Parts: sequence; structure tokens; C-alpha cells
Amino acid sequence: MAENRLDIRYVAHLARLALTPDEETKLSAQLGNILGYIEKLKQPDVAGVEPTAHAVPLINVTRPDAVGVSLSQEEALRNAPASASGLFIVPKIVE
Amino acid sequence: MLHRLTISDLAAKLARREVSAREIMQSCLDQIARVDGRIHAFISHDAEDALAQADAADRELTRGVAGKPLLGIPIALKDVLAVKNQPLHCGSKILDGFISPYDATVVEKLRAAGAIVFGRLNMDEFAMGSSTENSAFGPTRNPWDIERIPGGSSGGSAAAVAADECIASLGSDTGGSIRQPAALCGVVGLKPTYGRVSRYGLVAFASSLDQIGPLAKTVSDAATLLGAMSGHDPRDSTSVPQPVPDYGAALTGIKGIKIGLPAEYMIGGLDPEAKAAVDTAVKKLAGLGAEIVDISLPHTDYAVATYYIIATAEASANLARFDGVRYGARVEGADLAEMYCGTRGAGFGPEVKRRIILGTYVLSSGYYDAYYLRAQKVRTLIRNDFLQAFETVDAIVTPTAPTAAFRIGEKSADPLQMYLSDIFTISCNLAGICGISIPCGFTSAPRLPIGLQLLGKPFGEESILKIAAAFEQDTAWHGQKPPL
Repeated sequence: MAENRLDIRYVAHLARLALTPDEETKLSAQLGNILGYIEKLKQPDVAGVEPTAHAVPLINVTRPDAVGVSLSQEEALRNAPASASGLFIVPKIVE
Repeated sequence: MLHRLTISDLAAKLARREVSAREIMQSCLDQIARVDGRIHAFISHDAEDALAQADAADRELTRGVAGKPLLGIPIALKDVLAVKNQPLHCGSKILDGFISPYDATVVEKLRAAGAIVFGRLNMDEFAMGSSTENSAFGPTRNPWDIERIPGGSSGGSAAAVAADECIASLGSDTGGSIRQPAALCGVVGLKPTYGRVSRYGLVAFASSLDQIGPLAKTVSDAATLLGAMSGHDPRDSTSVPQPVPDYGAALTGIKGIKIGLPAEYMIGGLDPEAKAAVDTAVKKLAGLGAEIVDISLPHTDYAVATYYIIATAEASANLARFDGVRYGARVEGADLAEMYCGTRGAGFGPEVKRRIILGTYVLSSGYYDAYYLRAQKVRTLIRNDFLQAFETVDAIVTPTAPTAAFRIGEKSADPLQMYLSDIFTISCNLAGICGISIPCGFTSAPRLPIGLQLLGKPFGEESILKIAAAFEQDTAWHGQKPPL
């Protein structure tokens, strides 16, 4: 198992999560503790064991390619923090 | 006193027209007004809408509508399920102002069965927690001792049933979030087999583990609800097209049924009073005609570690959608990344942040094989333990939780200790099997409920309901009411 050197700022950046310096300190300590506990997964022999992604006895579930009922544009935008002209408004991405 | 009754009692009274649905609903609303200031099971409830649904049920009763098993019965919902035109917070600030645009499939099904679907029950934020202390709306309190937690994450769902603020409720269970609070509040809580109940309209936490299930006052009520909720749904690709049996009809005797007792669950850390109650319950089951078989689930000790890799990895992906673009709260930023980071930093509470960071880390480049892939392989070992045990037994009996309800604040400073309170419930979700918690006793001082867990084969709900019902019929624990 990997060494548990968790670079909190790097991981927070990957998760797009702003943390205060206080949160960084606290989380680093707590996660170090949790990762220490997780080390016990080194013990069982997993050679030749297939991973389980989920326990449901189904694969490749598809539905008929047919038009069904969906939300109207107005309903889909109702919860948006900012919208106009039938679109979600976000900060400028391309100059 | 109608709020104190069960679904079966009330359905009989409604059928005889001794009471109206409005009287039942009003009785629940009065109880909420009387006790919820102390319990805080509900984040909110729409009394007007609930009474309008009750009046509609009464009109159907007058017309003599038959075949609706929940007609006129008030069922409250965990704040994780979508109800059209009602708020959905998932116990979080980040969904501030959100109004659901559609009904979850379970809500449609409960409505089709005639239920009055109402209320937003408190929960740990995004169902992450074992105490309901992680809610942005403040903690729920255990009706048996308001200085103590009700369990979690469906703490509101369990407390509301225990305090008779509704007749039954729905919760969700990713690692024990129905069964553990049911045990700690002294009610019945059932986690169906993965794929049994559609999750369309359930806010996703860990998609390979989440299931919706009922919390009720009796096993028979839980069976009625499970029958009404189950079935294939094309809108959830993990919902299994398996016929739905008449779960109520399965509640017959248990003579000759084989129940496994796993050595790994009667461990140090298990409270002596809880152990004594479970031992007594196992003897009772044997007395009722069950054959108790010693079994082993050798990978049990790895379940919590496996779970906290898989569940957090899936959560980190699922919760990426809360970014301030399409719904919920937004913190403005100079660019998109700043808006995402600011929104999520301000909107999520500490436990959700902790799990997103852990989940992101175990999936990140260089660590994936060592953590996530390895956890998925250990998950296979855990699942195989169960499938092997079920070759010789019909069900497995264990404690639901290692201790009775702990004090508010007692474990909140130490996340790992909190995680370990799920030690007996987590394997069930990893294995994708079904489980139920039923009341099996009390601690002496203070007097707090103890839960007995029964685990069943995939789609083996009938077996665990049958055993639970036989135990319940021969004991009086389920009829006990908290001193409110």
C-alpha cells in the first residue's frame, strides 16, 4: 500500500474545495489517522481476487431508444443560481 | 392518540370508517407540535399539504377505493428524497433554496399505495454520519434521552417514528444509516437488497451501496412498506427486475429455519449489556424453533476500512455535481474554478469535506491501485464470506450496533471512533445483501434501546422478516414508548 503522505492542498485543489488554513491543519491530522487505520487492508491476500464494483447481478442495462417525458427548460432552470435566455450563467471561461 | 398506532391498526380503523385520514394526520401534526421542539426530527413539514392529502384520502375512502394498503397513512421522508415542489436540503447548506422538480419513484409508489407523504426528516449532511450531528440544521435528539444522539444518518427518520410524530418513515442506508438509528431509537429499520428498491430521486452518496428502506413501529408495517416500495424501475439502471412477493404473507413461523451466529461479531468493544440482550434474543429464536448454527465471516475486520475507501471514492465523484452552476447556493468568483472552490468550501460541512478529500485522494493518480482497487478486491472477499455462509444458513443474527445511543458531542471530535460505530452494519452494504434491525432489549441505566440485526440473502427479505416477526410476536420490546 502507498505511503500515506496526503498533500492536503493538492487534493483539495483536485476536489475543487476551498479550505481555510485551520481546516487544512485539522483535516490533515484526522485523515492521517484514518489512513493509518486503513493500512490494515494490506493484510488480506488478494492475489487472483476479482474486484467487486457493485453487487447487482446486471450488466449493460439499456433502455429502448425512444423519446420520453423530460423536464421543460423552465423547470430545469428553476433552481439555477443565475440564468438568462434559457441558459445557466457562469463566470466568463473564454476571453 | 391515533399517532401512537401502527399501519395495520390504522388501516383496519380506516376500513371500518372509525377514524378519518384527517384525524390521523392531525394527530401526528399535534404530536409534532408537542414534542419536536425537543427532538428536532423534522427540518420542516408542510402541514397544509399533508392535510390536503388526508382529505383526498378520505374522499377515496368514502368512495370505497380498495386495494391501497397505505390509504390515509402519514409517512414522513428523510430529507434525501425528492418530492415535487417541496424543498430538499440533504441536511446541507449547499442545497439552500432547492425545490425538487419531480417525485422520487418511492414517493410515486407510496402515493399510488394511498400514503400521505409529508415532512423533511433531519439527517447527517449528504447521509454522511452515524449520529445526525452533521446536519446543517442542528442535531436530532434521541426520544429516549434527549442528551443523546438518535444514530444516523437517518436519525430524523428513526426519532420521528419512536416519538410517534409519524406512523412510519423512509430512510436511506449506505453503511447502516437505517438500521443503526432504528436500533438506537427502538424501532424497526430495514435495508433492502441492493437493486430491490428504485433510487430514482434519491440524492446519491455512494452509488454501489445506497438503498432506500422503511423505518416502522412493527415488522408487519415494515413488510407492508417494503411491498409498496419495491419493484423494477427503468429510470434506475441498478434496479433489478425481480418479482415482488407478498411480504406480509411471509410472516409465518420459523420452525426449522437455520440462523447463523458469526463469531466475529461478538467481539471486544461490544457493550456487555448489548451482548447480553443479543445472547438472550438468540436463545429466544432457538426456543421458537430456529436452528442456531455457529458460522464464521473471516474478513469482517476489514469491512470498515474497505467501506471508507469505496464510499468516499464514490461520494467524491457523486458530489462533484454540487458546484454552484445548476442548483443550490453559489459563491461568486473571478473565474469558474474560484466559483467552484468557493461554493463548495462554503456549502459543505466538515464531515462532507473530510470524505470528499479522502475519496479524491484514494482515487488520485498513484494511489488508485493501492487503495481503491485493493478495497474492491477485499470487498469481493467480504461478499464471498456471506455467500458461502448462506449456503448453509437462511439468515445471520448479530448485534446492530456495538453500544446503545452515545451522548451528543461524545464522538464528534474523533471521526474514526464515529466510523467504528457502524462496524456491524457496513458489511451488509458491501455484500449487497438485505438486513433488518429490530428492538431486542434495553440498557439498565439510563434506559436505552438495543437492536438485533438479521441479515439475509440477496432478495431474501422474506426470511429476515419472518424471523423478525416471530421474535416480535413473542416479545414486548417493540411496544415500549419513550417518556416524552
